[in-house]
Amino acid sequence: MAGGVKKKLHLGRLHPFRCGTKSFQPEHSLIGGPGFSRVVFCNNTESQRVLTYGNNYVTSTKYTLATFFPKSIFEQFRRAANIFFLITAILSFTPVSPSSPVTSVLPLALVIAAAMLKEAMEDLRRKKQDIEVNNRKVKVHRGEGVFDNAKWMNLQVGDIVRVEKDEFFPADLILLSSSYEEAICYVETMNLDGETNLKLKQAVDATSKLHEDSGFQKFRAVIKSEDPNANLYSYIGSLQLEEQQYPLTPQQLLLRESKLRNTDFIYGVVIFTGHDTKVVQNSTAPPSKRSKIERRMDKIVYFLFSILVLTSFMGPIFFGISTREDLENGTMTRWYLRPDDTTIYYDPNRAPVAAILNFLTFIMLYSFLIPIPLYITLEIVKVIQCTFINQDLHMYYEEADKPAKTRTSNLNEELGQVNTILSDKTGTLTCNLMEFIKCSIAGTAYGHGVTEVERALARREGLPSAKEVTNGEGQVENSNKAAIKGFNFFDERITHGKWVNEPHADVIQKFLLLLAICHTAVPEVDEDTGRLSYEAESPDEAAFVITARELGFEFYERTQTSILLHEFHPISGRKVQRSYKLLNILEFSSSRKRMSVVVRNMEGKLLLLCKGADSVMFERLTKNGKEFEEQTQEHINEYANAGLRTLVLAYRELDEEEYNKFNEEFHEAKNSVSADHEELMEKVAEKIEKDLILLGATAVEDKLQNGVPECIDKLAQAGIKIWVLTGDKMETAINIGFACCLLRQGMKQIVISSETPKIKALEKVGDNSSIAVAFRENVLEQILEAKESLTTLRKSSETLALIIDGKSLSCALEDDVKGLFLELALGCASVICCRCSPKQKALVTRLVKIRTGRTTLAIGDGANDVGMLQEADIGIGISGVEGMQAVMLSDIAIAQFRYLERLLLLHGHWCYRRISTMICYFFYKNIAFGFTLFFFEAYASFSGQTAYNDWYMSFYNVIFTSIPVVALGILEQDVSAELCLKFPLLYQEGVQNVLFSWFQFLGWAFNGVLNAILIFFFCSRAMEHPAFRKGGEVAELEILGTVMYTCIVWVVNCQIALSTNYFTLKNHCYIWGSIILWYIFLLAYGAMNPIISITAYKVFIEACAPAPSYWLLTLFVVITSLIPYFTYRSIQLWFFPMYHQMVQWISKDGQSDDPEFCQMVRQRSLRPTTVGYTAHLEATSKRFLEMHEVHL
Amino acid sequence: MMSSNTASSSAAVAGSADSAAPRRNSKKPKYSRFTQQELPACKPILTPRWVISAFLLVSVVFIPIGVASLFASRDVVEIVDRYDNDCIPDNTTDKVNYIQTPGDKSCNRSITVPKRMKQPIYVYYQLDNFYQNHRRYVKSRSDAQLRDNSSASDTSSCKPEDTYNGKIIVPCGLIAWSLFNDTYSFSRNSSQLNVNKKDISWKSDREHKFGSDVYPSNFQSNDTVIGGASLNSSIPLSQQEDLIVWMRTAALPTFRKLYGRIEVDLEPNDVISVTLQNNYNTYSFNGKKKLVLSTTSWLGGKNDFLGIAYLTVGGLCFFLALVFTLVYLVKPRRLGDPSYLSWNRNPGGH
Repeated sequence: MAGGVKKKLHLGRLHPFRCGTKSFQPEHSLIGGPGFSRVVFCNNTESQRVLTYGNNYVTSTKYTLATFFPKSIFEQFRRAANIFFLITAILSFTPVSPSSPVTSVLPLALVIAAAMLKEAMEDLRRKKQDIEVNNRKVKVHRGEGVFDNAKWMNLQVGDIVRVEKDEFFPADLILLSSSYEEAICYVETMNLDGETNLKLKQAVDATSKLHEDSGFQKFRAVIKSEDPNANLYSYIGSLQLEEQQYPLTPQQLLLRESKLRNTDFIYGVVIFTGHDTKVVQNSTAPPSKRSKIERRMDKIVYFLFSILVLTSFMGPIFFGISTREDLENGTMTRWYLRPDDTTIYYDPNRAPVAAILNFLTFIMLYSFLIPIPLYITLEIVKVIQCTFINQDLHMYYEEADKPAKTRTSNLNEELGQVNTILSDKTGTLTCNLMEFIKCSIAGTAYGHGVTEVERALARREGLPSAKEVTNGEGQVENSNKAAIKGFNFFDERITHGKWVNEPHADVIQKFLLLLAICHTAVPEVDEDTGRLSYEAESPDEAAFVITARELGFEFYERTQTSILLHEFHPISGRKVQRSYKLLNILEFSSSRKRMSVVVRNMEGKLLLLCKGADSVMFERLTKNGKEFEEQTQEHINEYANAGLRTLVLAYRELDEEEYNKFNEEFHEAKNSVSADHEELMEKVAEKIEKDLILLGATAVEDKLQNGVPECIDKLAQAGIKIWVLTGDKMETAINIGFACCLLRQGMKQIVISSETPKIKALEKVGDNSSIAVAFRENVLEQILEAKESLTTLRKSSETLALIIDGKSLSCALEDDVKGLFLELALGCASVICCRCSPKQKALVTRLVKIRTGRTTLAIGDGANDVGMLQEADIGIGISGVEGMQAVMLSDIAIAQFRYLERLLLLHGHWCYRRISTMICYFFYKNIAFGFTLFFFEAYASFSGQTAYNDWYMSFYNVIFTSIPVVALGILEQDVSAELCLKFPLLYQEGVQNVLFSWFQFLGWAFNGVLNAILIFFFCSRAMEHPAFRKGGEVAELEILGTVMYTCIVWVVNCQIALSTNYFTLKNHCYIWGSIILWYIFLLAYGAMNPIISITAYKVFIEACAPAPSYWLLTLFVVITSLIPYFTYRSIQLWFFPMYHQMVQWISKDGQSDDPEFCQMVRQRSLRPTTVGYTAHLEATSKRFLEMHEVHL
Repeated sequence: MMSSNTASSSAAVAGSADSAAPRRNSKKPKYSRFTQQELPACKPILTPRWVISAFLLVSVVFIPIGVASLFASRDVVEIVDRYDNDCIPDNTTDKVNYIQTPGDKSCNRSITVPKRMKQPIYVYYQLDNFYQNHRRYVKSRSDAQLRDNSSASDTSSCKPEDTYNGKIIVPCGLIAWSLFNDTYSFSRNSSQLNVNKKDISWKSDREHKFGSDVYPSNFQSNDTVIGGASLNSSIPLSQQEDLIVWMRTAALPTFRKLYGRIEVDLEPNDVISVTLQNNYNTYSFNGKKKLVLSTTSWLGGKNDFLGIAYLTVGGLCFFLALVFTLVYLVKPRRLGDPSYLSWNRNPGGH
């Protein structure tokens, strides 16, 4: 409340264009009709009871207690693989089953239970969140003018609520009144659309006088309104108060999830609750994305499935033949099977039917080829990988207290395969923070600020290869740098009041005055520190006001009609208080490209202060005002090349007569309600904004985020392409392109712009349709031309940059042109699209994604990036200042652009490696197991008898072989973190998918089959008919099964040990633990009652363990099975090393400390790196050399 | 200035992680070696030294084992005598008919001992092409019934050998029903050689799987379909060791089963005459029947496979070690040399 006292001003005055006249629009006639049927009895619970619209309870959970079980089970069985396993589980209860039901049911049950548990935990988390939201408190009118706290969820339509400053609106409300006289309030809609600027809302006049709680004692009104819908920006309704109708528009609508700002309190009536609110209506489930690896994995599953069916076909054929032969002319051949008296399953007379049923048996038997816990294991592993990303201290942003946050867990490995990054500019590459860095006043350039890229370059030039070293010393800088946000201007000639000694002190004074006055910012005083801060519509404006303050023109208060400054008095050198009467504000618009204010100073002089883009300002100068034009223009060009935003400042003095005339016209225009209202205003403004006198120009740095150039450089070195898609102007976009080294001098820029002279000329004459056609042709022509130069330039080593604006882009994205456009874009080293609409961003993303088939990553922070984020394979949200929309709909949120380097090069690379190795291994181990079953069948007349005890089979996938692979998926690192970042090219392994190609998979599958062959044939040959131990005992089925199973457990676990690059204690525990577990299981299970353990009863302790041949055979089979892989790996490592192996070597040999050698390895690139400052430096030095050669 | 560098500096952030005292309610992740993925680990690489020594180690271990196993196997004396063809009168055309017609089918064989055989000498019968691992066959038994008298009626899995004329068969099922019924008796120089048939089955089977209170009943009483041997219904199953041996189904279609032990040494050139009853029908499915006398070593019976396999793999590893050493010596390459990188071989391949 205290803050409100200080701020008596009413911002409403500052928005002269916004408050239109209020009258019933034609659409209001729809009220009461279909779609507009809602009736709300405000403050009248009795009447409302007739028409109940549900309470304000919001739930985002997928399940309730009752629906959880059926629904989540249904979810699980939507997966094809699970359906397959379900069918086998059901079949396992029929006599077709090769083994007892436990073999199929137990693993499936475990897997489904694990998946459901995961679902339940996730839903529980959502539930907690819901409970928190639903139990928030809000003040509700309880009758008799008493307001009392109520929970959000208990709100009813028609309730009157009182919302205090900085609180969220609990439901969609109609604003009745506020703490302000005019019943206005400010709303922050960051959660809805990501925009940070405040929106002004105003109640209808009729209710605006209700400033007290008690005023609602008697208040009764009826609102008729549209039905709930998802449209955030439209609303139609009418308020009936005392027989009088008032129209309601979005101007009165306060949406749930938005926040009350700068207003002490408001009263509102609830019209939409809970799921009827616009926000909830708007929330759509984000599209579920699956990684490429997973999609390929599905293909592998299908492939295996077809192998399964194929092998399952083979068995029944043999089985059918041998079954038919069991009865030959009425005599039994294999009489011990009693073919004369049998069930359908073995009936020789109906051998084909028996074979078909046998086919089912085989399907079940070979279902071991498909690893049942694959999906769930992957999910678990990915969740843990996500915690690594979330917990990474290197990706924690201390200043904003924001760690990285993964929102979807199924894209981890996709992070290791990104080919193209599509980046937003504002808030992503830049901080969305403007810093006043340089200026040119009266033809003199001031300011020594250093931009981020200049800094990066300086760093590189100091020590070319080892960036790490520079860390320690850093660069000596202005120690007080960035002490003041938005102000990075240092020049001893100007600061601390020294400007008075400069030659053109009067111009400087006016310059600073202009900065302090010509804006729409509002000052805010922090009560604790007494410091001033400003709330401005755009960050540049804030930078200006701050600069003015720092240089002695402190803007400290804005009243309704004037601006108050603490001004540095040039003569006395003290601060004096001055006020300027604010007469008119001529607002900024994109077409005007300038803004002006008209003020009267204390001496009564009328001043027009104007700032704007150089293109519009220079032509408005008077002849006398052009004194410094040339120098200023020069400085502006310089600033623009350094990637700075420039504005030209000018002023003029007005005489009373001229002003009065203007004022009259201005008011007339302002109050006109015709369609060309804005045009009219522009015309009026045009009349007075002329004959200006030039003061100078400002240069504001659109501040790049920390480390952006370095990060881009690393990503470029990793072979990732970076496209910038921005909504900004072409000039700004190019500036930023230069600033982060995506563009550089000497790069050929192909600019496809809609603002060619040819089109401009056309626009003046032709009609719309012909312009469109001509325009299209023009763009096509430009693209074709550019393509041609692309082919010619490819021969020379020059690199290209493509810059295209939104209008041309819309043509380039048309179906018949987009192929061409993409080809062109792919040929260019950097691509910058400016003036992009959110939709175009999404379209470009889709084009790249679909046409190239490569993985795309979109990164952005604003609501306008949401489309792009959702369209891309991976959407990364920057949890910066521009609201939460992008973050909420992204897949992964990080706090700073520079964390992308670590996210991709490190986490992405590792996750890719882990997941792909894991999947390959999973298939390998199941193929190895499944094929031993297959080979055994060949010796069991294909009858479907299993070689193993049922419980061995059920535990194979879930116990004896599943834990080490989880450890691999979590802990594996091919190359240490430091080296991952040192050799960005390592990332190409993921981009080219070398670890999960079909070749790789087939290699593993082959290894699996080979292992199965070795295990089965060695075991069966060694255990064949002669006695296998001293006591003369022969090895029966259960013993052979146990021996083979022992070998398999050993082999697959040793195999994973052999493929692990990073052996932690945990790996050891899990791998050797799994093997030990098998023996423990064998002992425990064998000791159980023979009714339970059946064939496994004492098999280990009595038969196997005392036999030396059992142990010798295990040793032999395990070693022999590993030799092929071991040999392959050694040969491959020696003669065909992969990049990560090279890096492993280097680190092993200690060559990683040898910068020269590292450089050599690093440079082994697929294509020369073309963007980033490394390339920049190289190009510069090359040009330098060439120039020298020419001179010589 | 440091702050703008943190992207690439690991030291800076790690340092700040150590300096604890996090602000209240900070979302700063807590440091742990696990979450920061900095667990201590060894990173094995297949360096030439490793590879060569691994191969050498394998060959050093394998070759002696192979030699030892081979010696063990060679020490074993094994006599195999196939008799299924010879024990049928020459004039029989329909072997199946012959074997199925009741009557005396005794047959005399004589075996010469090639080498000294130390006792115990194990007597086996070996059947070929007999699918004891057929699914129908394996499943056709009732473990409950075998184990416990009270579960005698538990014959659901035994069809069609579950009941006869409504009376429960004990032991039920195809396995028991097809019990091997050839018998052998041995004599040397016309003195009887005793065959000890005690303890030829697994102890666990006798004690826990076959009940001492379970007696055969209605077994092989079906005259129309003749199975194998019949059982003495006054002896409990736990003592019917031939049955117990038979009931442990073999893994492969060719298998041996222990018949008994001869507990005297046999000298070289001893002629042993065997009187056998050739009852068992292997003729309908062209199975062979063999009589086997064998001693054992520490490794079991006569099976050279393990020894040869060990020697082969040991030799192979030695060879590989040799080849790798040669390559390493003759054409040493700097193993970190980037020119061997796989993607530098085909520059266009991206």
